[in-house]
Amino acid sequence: MERKNLVAIGVVWPLISFAFFFGLWELAGWWPISVAFPPFSKTLLALLAMIADGSLPRAYLSTFQPLVIGMVLCGIAGIGFGIGMGLSRAVEWFTLPIFIILQAAPMAAIIPLITYLYGIGLTSKVLAVVFLAAPVIVMNSYKGIRNTNPSLIQMCRSFLGTKRQEVVKIVLPHAGALIFAGLRLGLAMGFIGVVIAELLITPTGIGDLITYHSSVADYPEMFAAIASIIVIAALTIHGLERLERTLFPPEIRGS
Amino acid sequence: MPGDAIVEIRGIGKIYETGVEALTNVTLAIPPGKLSTLLGPSGCGKTTLLKIIAGLIPPSAGEVWVKGKKVEGPGQERAFVFQDFALLPWANVLRNVAFGLELRGVPRERRDEIARRQIAEVGLGGFESSYPNQLSGGMKQRVGLARALAVDADIILMDEPFSSVDEQTRRKFQEELLDLLRHRQKTVIFVTHSIEEAAYLSDQIILLSPRPGTVSRIIHPNVERARSPDEIRRDKNYLDTVDEIWQILKHYVA
Amino acid sequence: MMLFGKRVPIAFSLMIWSIVWELIGQAKLLTIIPPFSRVIAAGIVILPTEKFSAAALISLRSFGTGMALALIIGIPLGILMARVQGVGRILGLWINIFVSAPISALVPLLMAVVGIGETTVVVTVFLFAVFVIILDTQVGVEHGDRSLVEMARAFGARRHQIYTKVLILSALPEILAGLRLGAIRGVKGVVIGQLLVAIIGVGELFELYSKHFLMEEFWALVIMVFLFAFAISEVIAMMERRVEYYASAR
Repeated sequence: MERKNLVAIGVVWPLISFAFFFGLWELAGWWPISVAFPPFSKTLLALLAMIADGSLPRAYLSTFQPLVIGMVLCGIAGIGFGIGMGLSRAVEWFTLPIFIILQAAPMAAIIPLITYLYGIGLTSKVLAVVFLAAPVIVMNSYKGIRNTNPSLIQMCRSFLGTKRQEVVKIVLPHAGALIFAGLRLGLAMGFIGVVIAELLITPTGIGDLITYHSSVADYPEMFAAIASIIVIAALTIHGLERLERTLFPPEIRGS
Repeated sequence: MPGDAIVEIRGIGKIYETGVEALTNVTLAIPPGKLSTLLGPSGCGKTTLLKIIAGLIPPSAGEVWVKGKKVEGPGQERAFVFQDFALLPWANVLRNVAFGLELRGVPRERRDEIARRQIAEVGLGGFESSYPNQLSGGMKQRVGLARALAVDADIILMDEPFSSVDEQTRRKFQEELLDLLRHRQKTVIFVTHSIEEAAYLSDQIILLSPRPGTVSRIIHPNVERARSPDEIRRDKNYLDTVDEIWQILKHYVA
Repeated sequence: MMLFGKRVPIAFSLMIWSIVWELIGQAKLLTIIPPFSRVIAAGIVILPTEKFSAAALISLRSFGTGMALALIIGIPLGILMARVQGVGRILGLWINIFVSAPISALVPLLMAVVGIGETTVVVTVFLFAVFVIILDTQVGVEHGDRSLVEMARAFGARRHQIYTKVLILSALPEILAGLRLGAIRGVKGVVIGQLLVAIIGVGELFELYSKHFLMEEFWALVIMVFLFAFAISEVIAMMERRVEYYASAR
């Protein structure tokens, strides 16, 4: 009885959900809201065509470059910095207010400036990713370190643990979960950064595909490109979430 | 049978969606005006049975009849006191106590008046404007009790009401509860896992067996209530009852 | 941080940063960073100008409208999803996809369908904010105090009473959390929407200042927008703290 329920939840409902939405989309497309809004069927065909003729894969190759590079840079620097903030009160005092403001700030405003400074190449896009993703990665790493359960730390000290042991055996493992979450959220921001950069900066990658097809009024193609990046971003982030839950199940995380 | 039963429980069974059978074939009669306790080890379904009587959970089998009518849901003749107090954190004591009346549409002046009276009765006079997060566990439960008394139901259902307070407060509560009930014609159905509490408070104790719960024994403590609380706790009938119950429950725990 | 034995509040570090900024600017280390004092001066100059007030007005209007829509649609939808299982299961998948998706990718589509103008920006703000509002409302209601709902039922509460007197209030802290995140995203929505539409509001100004290398004005605007986002976030956070005890039983 339990298994049947699990199958129902895991398979049937998503199917109903997909059917519902794609059905709605199809109907909405045929409704004369605007010539620019294509029905599901046409979009799907356009998507397949773009995969077949290679324009979609090529675009992604170009988009993923700044995304991956940016995320790696951001990840290493961001986590390192966040840990530094968490371990040192002095660093925290200097940098916390800035990052708190940056987390709420619309970093996208900086992107035009980056473009005018660094041109329309890879550097600008990498910087766009870094600027958007860094605040959340830093803040999460910092919080992971800062919010370690004090009684665990006291326990470590009561057994005569050194500061180094305290950090390595208690603080870092606990922070691991939050750091990972920070990376996941950072990746979401990274996707946003690279898309904005590409929409503003052109002429490569998925952003370019979108603006190009928009300019020649190939609306099914444009929408297919948009849908593809949204789906890919969603799948990647969801995958990370799954990984996060396996690596850091709530029992281990518990404080 | 001494007096018509005010609550009749006929063949109640409960199986949860997860497949757990909490209760099976429970048949009971609760006499009016008395305090009956449902007692048993953890997981024997006593809270489940209480909530079925309250109309909060539907039974899988059987029926509950209250005052000659079948139970289909909560009703005005039954009031519930919760183990975790269930107080609205954003409302003050006065509003919390008046909540049952508020839901029934009783006009504000009238319900506040009733609430104030109950607040005084449970010993919380002066705390009408306090909020739950300012109160101790014991005080919160007094609010819960006042709320149940305010709606003037014939039957009060209490779900381990004193288990979330400390031992000293608990003893005091038991004594105060008996005091409060002494002058009212209320029927109380009480759930607890404490043998002493059951023996101290009850006119009849219904022992439930472990899962799936069913009625194992019914015991009438026969303790002389007229005596002082401390004397009651040394009364021979009281001590015998406690021992008798323990001998039965011992087997369930082992 | 201790100075001369007295505790210095953390906000003071921002003052140190302003001084550092001033020094870097005066030393002309990087052309894009003018001295802090000049940035403030530029800010004071552009603030009363017509161009700026028009841009600010449009931006605030788009922000306000978009957020209002997000609340009006998002909160009831979140409640619906929490209480009606079917709705929750069908929509849940999509809400989860869109809450972390790069919604900016949709803006070109909006421009094509809705046109180039304020409406697109309003829709952008709406889309940026609504999903996290729906999600947090849903979580707030779902994990809302079961015990309180049961209590209300035990005392004879009817359906609508359970909603108005118990559920929404106990979910309020979570709903406010969603609102705060939604507002932050909404500000991003205004900026990004206007950057892409490029002819109105602060987005236009950002483009303008960057293009003509008016760095002082640019940074002044950046500070203003950043502080606006921060201020809104903090105001809502304050409201959140005040109602935190509404969920005290959790």
